[in-house]
Amino acid sequence: MAERAPVLREEPEETIPVTAEERISVATQWQLMWWRFRRHRLAMVGTIVVLLFYLAVLLADFLAYVEPTASEAQRSLLPPQRIHWFDEGRLSPHVYGLTGRRDPVTLKRVYTPDPGKRIRVRFFVRGGFEYQLLGIIPSTLHLLGVEGASPEETLFLLGTDEQGRDLWSRLMYGTRTSLTIGLAGVGLSLVLGVVLGGISGLYGGVVDTVIQRVIEILRSIPTIPLWMGLAAALPNDWTVMQVYLAITIIISLIGWTELARVVRGRFLSLREEDFVMAAELSGCGQTRIIFTHLVPSFLSHIIAATTLAIPVMIISETSLSFLGLGLRPPAISWGVLLQQAQTIQALAISPWLLISAVPVIIVILALNFMGDGLRDAADPYGH
Amino acid sequence: MLAYLIRRAILAVLTIWAVSLLSFIIIQLPPGDYLTAYIAQMSASGGFISQEEVDALRHEYGLDRPLSVQYLRWMRMVLRGNFGVSLEWSRPVSEVIGDRLWLTMVVSVAAVVLTWALALPIGIYSAVRQYSLGDYLATLVGFVGLAVPSFLLALVLMYLGFTLFNANIGGLFSDEFAQAPWSWAKAWDLMKHLPLPALILGLAGTAQLIRIMRANLLDELRKPYVVTARARGLPEMRVILKYPVRVALNPFASTVGYLLPYVVSGSIIVSLVLSLPTVGPLLLKALVAQDMFLAGTIVLLLGVLTVIGTFLSDLLLMWIDPRIRLEGRK
Repeated sequence: MAERAPVLREEPEETIPVTAEERISVATQWQLMWWRFRRHRLAMVGTIVVLLFYLAVLLADFLAYVEPTASEAQRSLLPPQRIHWFDEGRLSPHVYGLTGRRDPVTLKRVYTPDPGKRIRVRFFVRGGFEYQLLGIIPSTLHLLGVEGASPEETLFLLGTDEQGRDLWSRLMYGTRTSLTIGLAGVGLSLVLGVVLGGISGLYGGVVDTVIQRVIEILRSIPTIPLWMGLAAALPNDWTVMQVYLAITIIISLIGWTELARVVRGRFLSLREEDFVMAAELSGCGQTRIIFTHLVPSFLSHIIAATTLAIPVMIISETSLSFLGLGLRPPAISWGVLLQQAQTIQALAISPWLLISAVPVIIVILALNFMGDGLRDAADPYGH
Repeated sequence: MLAYLIRRAILAVLTIWAVSLLSFIIIQLPPGDYLTAYIAQMSASGGFISQEEVDALRHEYGLDRPLSVQYLRWMRMVLRGNFGVSLEWSRPVSEVIGDRLWLTMVVSVAAVVLTWALALPIGIYSAVRQYSLGDYLATLVGFVGLAVPSFLLALVLMYLGFTLFNANIGGLFSDEFAQAPWSWAKAWDLMKHLPLPALILGLAGTAQLIRIMRANLLDELRKPYVVTARARGLPEMRVILKYPVRVALNPFASTVGYLLPYVVSGSIIVSLVLSLPTVGPLLLKALVAQDMFLAGTIVLLLGVLTVIGTFLSDLLLMWIDPRIRLEGRK
């Protein structure tokens, strides 16, 4: 199902004034691509959203206000708290203090907000848990914090899970894991795809046939059962980091085929171009032809295909972790978070656990829009 | 045509072989073998087994032989319809799997059929009535199908079904039929439960096919031969359906081969959310319990059935599409 629709350009061609025409004729290939990409509004929005998400990856510790593993039995399954923005007509964001008690009939914890007890929410607060910004700068600065109380006990923007862990903070760390695993997985499949697709397209013949058949075979096998089988074989005593790496490898092992197809296709069509023959006639070596003539002319296509491959990787990781075969707690990823919302019972009691699905959907959409725009832009002379 | 047929058949056989190899690897991957698990189970239940007995058993099962021999032995067993014994259930694997494999295929094929049945008319409609309300709606559905993984969609629908209608929308059978032997009433009950899981599974594929169909048909509709046909006074329906749609169908042909594996794949995880009695939940349980004969067999049978399904859809396409039929003559 990796086949994609050729994206349409329905808008009528812009009428270009003479000066602009001159500009176009002297513009570099990348400039042309950028102009074309800019016209694709959804792609621009998608790109901004993706950048924001990856910014959140870098700043996860700053955006979280509680340590993601900090649990509090007294605060289990707490629904999202409402922020009250105004206090007596003045802007002063605050939340109400909470008293929790156990319902004697259902044995469920019930929380009642106490409007008398107002806890102010402050932005850019120092304090709270310490972390290392970008892995080097020690800091205690957080986007949110509360005044006069510890955030572990009072602030729950998205509620808590069964163990009383703050969902917002966990979501920030989950975003970090899921989005980096997407990138790492794509990186690996890119290497596999470019090498195998390149060899296939460049040499043709028997090698090409063999690689193409392997791709066809891999694509006609249902992938999730395969992934599950491989992932389930990971030893239980592996550390979080080892499992992370192994899962990345597993999803990229099966995900490289589409990239290989794109690379091979480009090689095949470019090999016949006049400029390649010109280079050959001028006595360029094979390596020079590949790296100075061929690669730059299909780099943009690869970038587009890579962007479109990231969401596939993210969905793969999320699915595996959701099944309990991917990343395992204490690791936090979107799939691990969603695992708690797996049963209808859990959803009925605590529907807010499903909030973790929102960033998954937004990122996948944004990456797809961005990839579509890039693919259009990759061919600035098309249409 | 014969050449094409032979080529596809050879590829299908190769794929089945690859699947069998991969399943064997999955069975072999966890540390220890069938016997270590068996011994662990014996000692857990208080039994005792001596080293000589272990060696004898190991020899009997061929576990002391090289892997390639073990693979061949396993293949011979499988070809005779003997898939080994499930450790967890202490019953033959084929008995444990039972109906579940067929139900998986029923759900998947229903999803594929639904995908086609929906994508074709909607794709044609949104190309012919470009920028109409229906077109925008189709685009919206396309985005949802693109961005929402099927298991999330299942979760959300479960939740909505629960809060809005206080009904459990999961399962493939009503309670009274779940354990009942097969009958017409049970089959009808299955038919009634089928549309929802099929829709959930098929949505992503449908979304993509609508996009492809719309884009291709739009390209085709602008071509001069369509204008000619119209100018000659052909009725509009005929103008559209007779030629452009048939040409635009081409990419349908190339994607259908990948649709079934994709859907089968998705059915595993969706079944878990919707508690469908397919092999999905069974596979997960087997993998968690390291019941490798059961897990390996499920992967093998799913793969083989998918390959056969794809091969059959290839044949169907060949019959529909003269270009494929004539390809071999070149």
